[in-house]
Amino acid sequence: MILINCPYCGERDQSEFSNGGEAHVARPENSENLNDKDWGQYVFYRDNPKGIFYERWVHSHGCRKWFNAVRNTSTDEILAIYKLNENPPSKENFTNTLKTPSGEPKVGSGNFTVKK
Amino acid sequence: MLVWAVKKKYSIFTLLKNAFSNNENWQKMWKSPEPKKSYDVIVVGGGGHGLGTAYYLAKEHGIKNIAVIEKGWIGSGNTGRNTTIIRSNYLWNESAFLYDHSVKLWENLSQELNYNMMFSQRGVMNLAHNEHDIKEMKRRISANRLNGLDTQWLETKDIKRLVPIMNTDNLRYPVLGAAFQRRGGVARHDAVAWGFAMRADEMGVDIIQNCEVHSIKTKNGKVEGVKTSKGFISAKKVAVVASGHTSVLAKTAGVRLPLQSRPLQALVSEPIKPVINTVVMSNAVHAYVSQSDKGELVIGAGTDGYNSFTQRGGYDVIEETVRAIVELYPIFGKMKMLRQWGGIVDICPDASPIISKCEVKGLYFNCGWGTGGFKATPGSANVFAHTVANDEPHKINAAFNLERFSDGRLIDEHGAAAVAH
Repeated sequence: MILINCPYCGERDQSEFSNGGEAHVARPENSENLNDKDWGQYVFYRDNPKGIFYERWVHSHGCRKWFNAVRNTSTDEILAIYKLNENPPSKENFTNTLKTPSGEPKVGSGNFTVKK
Repeated sequence: MLVWAVKKKYSIFTLLKNAFSNNENWQKMWKSPEPKKSYDVIVVGGGGHGLGTAYYLAKEHGIKNIAVIEKGWIGSGNTGRNTTIIRSNYLWNESAFLYDHSVKLWENLSQELNYNMMFSQRGVMNLAHNEHDIKEMKRRISANRLNGLDTQWLETKDIKRLVPIMNTDNLRYPVLGAAFQRRGGVARHDAVAWGFAMRADEMGVDIIQNCEVHSIKTKNGKVEGVKTSKGFISAKKVAVVASGHTSVLAKTAGVRLPLQSRPLQALVSEPIKPVINTVVMSNAVHAYVSQSDKGELVIGAGTDGYNSFTQRGGYDVIEETVRAIVELYPIFGKMKMLRQWGGIVDICPDASPIISKCEVKGLYFNCGWGTGGFKATPGSANVFAHTVANDEPHKINAAFNLERFSDGRLIDEHGAAAVAH
């Protein structure tokens, strides 16, 4: 269970929100020239990193507005929240807590608020 | 005859013998060797699917120089975290053949491995709560019967006879019927990992635990081996069976997979006397429950609504499931839950797995099982071993390729997958 700071309503429980998957996936502009493979990439393939992830959320049971978030998927810690018309923060701003691609963080989900 | 001599057999006599020596002299079930410099096949991931793959590679394809590399201990991932439900009542032909191949292997697995899988074909019931459920399930039952599966329709009174404790009418979404597969059931989750591990080990497979694969090394579009926490190990073929972490590992080899990793939770109650002797699942209100041989209720919850690798899960997901359980079974209302846990499942856009080779030569993936991989353990391992050994899919898993996400031949099983994807 995580708390999400809606940029319009303030901090609310995650259960009020719905996740919209990876952020900044642009529809290909030359779709008429795309082959099946590239079109499949756009339709079905999304990044699935362990660590820093840029994603979309919508405050379904609140203001119903969409916004973006940067979250560490290995701990569920939300690192940044920004509106749709704002530029995404650079990845260099965040430290990945994992030493290896499939490694485990020292502290798991939710615990970081307790241990910090 | 030599093989016979070293083969670890379990019987009433070994049980008695070891009982008299305080159970202290049981043989080790598998060795824990240091990794060799190179292998013919490296299986990444020591869960049921991975160990089974190694077992069938050694047994049916004559490949003996195999290592199974596991980050934690074998069976510590989703093999040890599921609700052990086994069934094959999937809608499409491809899925029905794949999952029923697995059920048929389950039926003989205890004998084949001489290790008790505690496979109990107590039946699996999928409840219908509305008109749409009824139509969808009757359609699926018809499809199943055409594929030779033993699914049948139950009216509410039949359900009540099988599960007297169920509240079928006095609830918001009344129970209007169910699809029932009698050959379905449950099995012991650890036993399948341990059984495959033991028999693979006997055939010379190295089971390497506490060894994390950091990356997959490729050169000129061909796999070379894996970098691990115990150094580089070269391999002619690498088979990745790493469930939630598959896409992370695939990325190190430059392969992109259409997977999303999410926590899926389960919980067990305090043990009680036998009260429910089948498996009951409900998609609409999202609750499924069975009773373990120890008497605990094994309850499966849903996935979290966002990608995560935390093996933990959100509390609201459990609350939703428990709410439905209490409404369906009022007598469970005062029970205490003992344990709750989460596993990271890799979900495919069409809720069907990927058992396939990829653009990198010698690299194979068995992934995307989402919320329902346990039932498929032996079948998936069997056809995946065939795929790895021959560099060609078995006819059963030919449709579960990666190309389906560009040619559009999806195998959409969102209706038959019990947990909403």
